[in-house]
Amino acid sequence: MAKANFEVPEITGVTEVPPIQPDSMAHLETFRAKPEFMEALGFPGEMPEDWKEKAIEAMGDMLKKYRSFQVFLDSCVKCGACTDKCHYFLGTADPKNMPVARQDLLRKVYRRYFTLAGKFFPKLVGAVDLTEEVLHDWYNYYHQCSQCRRCSVFCPYGIDTAEISMAAREIMDRIGVGDKYCNEIIGKVFRIGNNLGLPEPALADTLEGLEEDVYDDTGVKVRYPLDEKGAEILLVTPSADFFAEPHVDGLMGYGKVFHEAGVSWTLSSYASEAANFGMFIGSYENMRKVSLRIRKAAIDLGVKRIIFGECGHAWRVAYAFLNTLAGPFDFLDPKYPVPQHILEFTWEQIQAGKLKLDPSANDDMVVTFHDSCNVARATRMGDKPGGQFEIPRNVIKAVCNNYVDMPDGTIREATFCCGGGGGLLTDDLMELRVKGAKPRMDALKAATEEHGVTHMAAICAICKSQFTKVIPYYGFDMDQIVSVHQLVSNAIILTGQNEGGEEEESEEDAA
Amino acid sequence: MSLLTIIVAALFYFAAVIFLTGVLYRVWLYAKVPAPLKIATTPAPVTRWGVVLRMFREVFFFESLFKSNKLLWILAALFHYGLALVLFRHLRYFLDPVPLVVQLAQPFGKYASFAMIIGLLGLWARRFLIDRVRYITAPSDHLMLALLVLIGLSGALTTFVAHTDIVALKQFTMGLLTFDLKPLPGDPLLVIHLLLVATLMIVFPYSKLLHGVGVFFSPTRNMVDNPREQRHVASWARKLELEEENS
Repeated sequence: MAKANFEVPEITGVTEVPPIQPDSMAHLETFRAKPEFMEALGFPGEMPEDWKEKAIEAMGDMLKKYRSFQVFLDSCVKCGACTDKCHYFLGTADPKNMPVARQDLLRKVYRRYFTLAGKFFPKLVGAVDLTEEVLHDWYNYYHQCSQCRRCSVFCPYGIDTAEISMAAREIMDRIGVGDKYCNEIIGKVFRIGNNLGLPEPALADTLEGLEEDVYDDTGVKVRYPLDEKGAEILLVTPSADFFAEPHVDGLMGYGKVFHEAGVSWTLSSYASEAANFGMFIGSYENMRKVSLRIRKAAIDLGVKRIIFGECGHAWRVAYAFLNTLAGPFDFLDPKYPVPQHILEFTWEQIQAGKLKLDPSANDDMVVTFHDSCNVARATRMGDKPGGQFEIPRNVIKAVCNNYVDMPDGTIREATFCCGGGGGLLTDDLMELRVKGAKPRMDALKAATEEHGVTHMAAICAICKSQFTKVIPYYGFDMDQIVSVHQLVSNAIILTGQNEGGEEEESEEDAA
Repeated sequence: MSLLTIIVAALFYFAAVIFLTGVLYRVWLYAKVPAPLKIATTPAPVTRWGVVLRMFREVFFFESLFKSNKLLWILAALFHYGLALVLFRHLRYFLDPVPLVVQLAQPFGKYASFAMIIGLLGLWARRFLIDRVRYITAPSDHLMLALLVLIGLSGALTTFVAHTDIVALKQFTMGLLTFDLKPLPGDPLLVIHLLLVATLMIVFPYSKLLHGVGVFFSPTRNMVDNPREQRHVASWARKLELEEENS
């Protein structure tokens, strides 16, 4: 088990609602962005003298731009329906991690400066002046929200804390108070093209390596092309797919599916990132700038379709926002939705009988599936509502003989966040990440004990990175996390593949 | 004409103006602010008609609350449905002749006040008994519940215990509507009931009671899930595009 300098919650298989422990997470503050990284995104580098006025002004501006912000700040009746829904509250017991209390950090300032009741009777309605203390709470607790929207499912008015937390981060950025992790990463996308800062030669090298690996495994030349003009499909995938485990096994899978489907495809070194952290910081402008890179890559390469790889928040930006931010995509083939998810593509190929699959290749596993929060509650796959739940399961079941779901109330629209989403996947928030994973770990433990689950498949780069890092704290093994397209990759039999290739390999291993 | 009649009548006219302008202002404000991105909580309907059904389930059956917490849902339903029936029954004071449906609702409407009060007391108890709900409760939350409970109690008492002169009351309310004031029966319970209701009307547009308006404008509930088919560019976001084209 991994070591921690904080108490790791005990998992029992059932997530109990803890009694509140005020300020139990007040100490946890993520690193702030340096001035140069703030300025690169168009924000002030330092806090100005008149930061309070500037913050109130920014709040007023957001109220005029976002209906969600205005309506959500007004509508809450403090009914408490959301109070036991946030994985961070369930894992930390800090009441400021209850969605309503998290919103109230901002709402109480809104009331003070923007409502009659708060101006005249602040104590009565719980309105407060904006002070350094309040700002400190904003910074800490709006960086303890992964914007997973679980609370919004259960709110009778559909209040989405993600919207409030995004607005709060935007307001803070506008007074020079930004978070290092997100803001530095967005800077890297603008400078280099992806979150990890991998330049074109490194990408080319990696992809060549993949081609060799697949050839060694199967005897088939599967291509992993980069910047190929005139390809039919532009694949945009999270940059973690280029090297991290188990992400890269997923990337191998995408390539095999494209190969068998007989379509030409390419990655782009300019838009070598599906992730869009502009969403996490609530910055429309930055989110739009990152999105426009994909548009430019699609035009420059002359592709006909855009397909996104396995990534949760990226699929939200792609599915729900890309057309709005960077459209219209009238230069692409109108036969296909823009963009598509790789799972939509793979499922179509499976249904059309284009893929030769041997599910017994995954017989060493009993697989369960973690619905990524953004995919589950902010997007769709296919034509029908809920396709985002069915299509990944259909694909997994087509390539695995042993599939089971985790308990109801922890999957589909009620899925628990991995604990690392929303721009919190940084080591300085490790305590939060571990504790926030507790509800998912409880569910995994229940499925393990009841059904002997050995592996949990995910379709999000953040989920995969978060889980491989935190599940050892709970006594699981990092190898238990797999990519969905890794399962596809295992099961797919390529045309002309060396039958029995695996046995040869195992003989070699033995020798 | 007694001073009491004049004061209560004046207060009601004032309350009605505040209530109507306040709510209309909010509706105008919410309608005016753009919703720049598609943020429906999914799975969401893919057609406008589907959204109408979703809103209907949300507004009339509290669908999301049902998913969240069954006890809270029962209490909320008792209160809101009780209140709705009570309000419907009250139409008899504002319509002449009284329509048949309102007459038929009379016996239900009378007892609905109990459902309303029980629901409210249950909701109030949660604010003391559940540590999480206690934590998020502000003084105004208690006051709002107190106001509603007192309205319910005073109204129920005039119906079940100290009967008020209904005929005189109806002349007063019809007088209010036709701007032809008639004397208000000087029954203390009735006067208290009316003063509390006027207070509620005045507070409504400036308080969390606005949730009744807000729910219709909630983008996570009222948006169609079709972002790949249709662009959804807000006016201020359009300016970003124009700036680029011009530069």
